[in-house]
Amino acid sequence: MIKEKSLLEIKNLHVSVDDDIKILNGINLTIKLGEIHVIMGPNGSGKSTLANVLSGRPGYNIDKGEIIFKGEDITSQDPEIRARNGMFLAFQYPMELPGVRTWQFLKSSVDAIRLHNELPELKIKEFDKLLEEKKEIVEMNSELLKRSVNEGFSGGEKKRNEILQLSLLNPTFAMLDETDSGLDIDALQIVAKGVKNYHNNNNSVMLVTHYQRILNHLSPDYIHVLMDGKIVKSGDKSLSLELESKGYEWIRESILKQS
Amino acid sequence: MTTSVPEQYIKDYKNLNSQINQSEPNWLNDLRKKAFQNLSKNGFPTKRKGNEKWKYTNISKLAKTSFSFEKENILQKSNYKNLIISDDSWINLTFINGALQTDISKIKNFEKGITVTKFSDAFGNPKINQLIKDNLSKFSQIDEDGFTSLNTAFINDGILINVDENAKILNPINLSFISHSTVTPNVSYPRILIIANKNSSLNIIENYIGDSSIQSFTNSVSEIMLEDSSKISHYRLLNEGQNTFHIESSRVNLKSNSTFESTSFSKSSKISRYDLKVNIEGENSYCNLNGLYLTSGTQHIDNYINIDHIKPKGTSRLNYKGILTEKSRAVFGGTVWVREGAMKTDSIQSDKNLLLSDEAEVDSKPALFIYADDVQCAHGATAGNIDAETIFYMRSRGIDLETASKLLINGFANEIIDCVNIPGLKKELEKLFLESLPKYKLEF
Repeated sequence: MIKEKSLLEIKNLHVSVDDDIKILNGINLTIKLGEIHVIMGPNGSGKSTLANVLSGRPGYNIDKGEIIFKGEDITSQDPEIRARNGMFLAFQYPMELPGVRTWQFLKSSVDAIRLHNELPELKIKEFDKLLEEKKEIVEMNSELLKRSVNEGFSGGEKKRNEILQLSLLNPTFAMLDETDSGLDIDALQIVAKGVKNYHNNNNSVMLVTHYQRILNHLSPDYIHVLMDGKIVKSGDKSLSLELESKGYEWIRESILKQS
Repeated sequence: MTTSVPEQYIKDYKNLNSQINQSEPNWLNDLRKKAFQNLSKNGFPTKRKGNEKWKYTNISKLAKTSFSFEKENILQKSNYKNLIISDDSWINLTFINGALQTDISKIKNFEKGITVTKFSDAFGNPKINQLIKDNLSKFSQIDEDGFTSLNTAFINDGILINVDENAKILNPINLSFISHSTVTPNVSYPRILIIANKNSSLNIIENYIGDSSIQSFTNSVSEIMLEDSSKISHYRLLNEGQNTFHIESSRVNLKSNSTFESTSFSKSSKISRYDLKVNIEGENSYCNLNGLYLTSGTQHIDNYINIDHIKPKGTSRLNYKGILTEKSRAVFGGTVWVREGAMKTDSIQSDKNLLLSDEAEVDSKPALFIYADDVQCAHGATAGNIDAETIFYMRSRGIDLETASKLLINGFANEIIDCVNIPGLKKELEKLFLESLPKYKLEF
């Protein structure tokens, strides 16, 4: 239905935080169904801010521009509504929820999204079956599901828990904010497998990363380079290889030359 | 440091003496007399300046109020039935105004190995009489403060719970203290002495219930003694009316290889104070003290906890949590003492508070005094609102603000509720605590 049409359109997005510190300076980006977009760029260029603003995180001022998701302007929509409409952010630093059991958190989340889509809450048995199937993908230990969310989880377990949520909630648009950072080779493969398993023609992925290595497992359609709050260069998969070997300075220099 | 006590206590004391006449043994009469003299001399601890023990809790209104004591009191079962938490498998003992109601308590169906005796009934039995005489007021000393003196002056209705050597009492003993009187404001003086003899074990529930409309004062004292290799799991629930004062002192003494587990739940009273002191008097003993307090309105809840490691190789855990709303106030004073020679002590204490209103306040003072080498001790306290980042994480998964904060507040409380190993009690506590938690919404 929305195929061929854009799933997400970011138009001239300007974002600042308190004290008028400008972080995004006019982002334009269109993501279509079935596509994988990769956002790369030096530290402090605004990559995480972009993902956070798209997900509706409080604390940012949107000074200009709009975000259109599934044809609807969501620029000032609450984060839970965005999530229920199919948006997902895998956190760079997943939060710990003391006392909230992982199972309960996952079920509350799945049910909230189902109710929004006029589906009944899942019965415990149905949910357990779904969870059993999804946790296999990320090789998640059942014991962790009984524990408080992310409490006492290792860095890798936290990231795998994010991918488990991605698989369970099956969003239309998934943003992964440096999910590959800090992972060992095995954990990276599991995370990549989870994303690959999730991705199909009816959803899209925006991957924020510093590294080429996760891209070896996926087939990104576009690579965008973010610098000083702007997309300064876009290209295909080969751009990430070029960045890996040359760094970012050459782009900055070529921009300077142009101007 | 104190003020004089209202006349009514003197009247009631004299009245009690004339009622008892000569039906109590001399030692008890002497003890009461001494306690009363102490009360008259020292009064209540109303002065807070320079008085570290009472610094954050103002009891001047309580000290000034004239509370009456009504010894004989008949209460229809229907009047309190819905207030009592009980289970058919428990040994349920009901106390009205501090006095055990033998007619309405399941006193006969005791398991083998446990005896429950009213102090006033013990005198016909020389062995029990001697046991009470030897142990009563041993750890709750009459000159400790005005409240312990007052309780001891009116000690007659107290009970002894004695668990025989090697007896494992599986069914919980459930003590329900109901504050009820035909005169208001009224006072009651619950008093219990628990002795767990060698290698015995006991589960005990103390719950304090009261009418929400009347003004009353519960002045409770308990002494709990654990002999070598014994174990007590103690649960305490404070669920009196919103218009009550509750001052409770509990003294626990642990001999070698013994275990004391305590879980305390407080959610009522205008002003309440739980003064718990655990002496680790034997080697290799363990105490685990957990608590949850929930305050609202203008309530004031004070938990004053001391753990005294006297002998080596003791382990203590102290974990209290508070949820504060509206203009309420909580005080946590937690002190761990490690005496000279108490080597290889292992102690952790923590007090965490969730302040759900800008006007709520907590004074949390964890402290450690270490006089021994080779010990492991840690302490900490926190107070704060629910973290906005945490809430955002949940919202980004489709969970609305209200559900997210409810999950977090429940999770916070659940850590303590999970310490309860009696299923029927746990269920009631979930009802009492989780269902009454405020519907809280964070503002951004």
